[in-house]
Amino acid sequence: MAKASTLRNMVSVLLVITAVSSASLGVMYQLTKAPKAAAEAAKQNFAIKAVLSGYDNEPAAEAYKTASFDGGDSLVCYPASKDGKPQGVAVRTWTTKGFSGLIRLMVGFDTEGNIINISVLEQRETPGLGSKMTGAEFKDQYSGKHPARNNLSVKKDGGEVDAITAATITSRAFSDAVNRAYKSLKFENETDH
Amino acid sequence: MNHLTNFTKGLMKENPVFVLVLGMCPTLATTTSALNGLSMGLATTFVLMLSNVAISLVAGLIPDKVRIPAYIVVIASFVTIVDMLMAAYVNSPGPGGEPSLYDQLGIFIPLIVVNCIVLGRAESFAAKNRVFPSLLDGAGIGLGFSFALTLLGAIREILGSGSVFGLQLLPKSMNILVFVLAPGAFIALGYLIVMVNKLKK
Repeated sequence: MAKASTLRNMVSVLLVITAVSSASLGVMYQLTKAPKAAAEAAKQNFAIKAVLSGYDNEPAAEAYKTASFDGGDSLVCYPASKDGKPQGVAVRTWTTKGFSGLIRLMVGFDTEGNIINISVLEQRETPGLGSKMTGAEFKDQYSGKHPARNNLSVKKDGGEVDAITAATITSRAFSDAVNRAYKSLKFENETDH
Repeated sequence: MNHLTNFTKGLMKENPVFVLVLGMCPTLATTTSALNGLSMGLATTFVLMLSNVAISLVAGLIPDKVRIPAYIVVIASFVTIVDMLMAAYVNSPGPGGEPSLYDQLGIFIPLIVVNCIVLGRAESFAAKNRVFPSLLDGAGIGLGFSFALTLLGAIREILGSGSVFGLQLLPKSMNILVFVLAPGAFIALGYLIVMVNKLKK
């Protein structure tokens, strides 16, 4: 049966167990590192493809960061182009105003700042309520709109977005993330010509 | 006890959810749909089998006073391995852009470490038995857990979202929202335990 609980026994047994555990975790980490990175990259590309269309470059390879207009965490931009001509940009944006905190979206803009499409990258909203923001019924309301010309807040706040039933906070947060992406990018320069 | 009962007892007679009422945190939190319940159950089964085998092998070498930390280190290592494997291989989004299995379950996987079923089986079964019975015990209890989670998930999904495994069966107007929320988990689980107890008598 079990060994006597002397100090020497206890220390040596725990030492061996932790050493074996950390060694096997290290090996496992090395083995899964490449497939994990590939999966993350595929997810990113999938999201970019969902919000932009008609480009032939690799937006992920040309990604750059831009500061958030209010000084928060920076946003990642994925510029899309066809034959060298800019087609728009996908922006990885965020808000902390969700019902359960952080929400990350990928918002696709054309060169003038019109929203092409939006996909949800990360959210922890209530299943069955706030989680409906991933559905087309809600987020397609934003497609084709322009954050400066359309008031993209929920109807309760005087905007033109139908909030998700019983999830106004989530809907507001969604609009907040979209507006953050637009304001941080400053499309004004590009709409001049 | 023969090998067969070691395996089958976990399915009904000692079902961890319905009879032993262990591991309530993942049971209530992850069962918003049948698929979530099933995947959580299978991930737990995998950890349970590995940790039972490992612990039945080394139990004789571990001094009594440090057995709990030793078991926890073993279990935590296996859970981290499952987490790494899932992040690598079930991390691609669905065809319609649904979040990947890892995105849906990611936050629950580390919870397997503190799932008292795993430590409970290590302490009460694996530490006192040989490797093969421990493996069967882990598989049986794990599958019993998966069965309970899938059943609960299916019931909550059909009442709350009108679908089972994503297959729409009832119109949206018949959805009872409370069943996808936390209180619905308690209500559904309570009635399930009542029914299991009735059936067992």
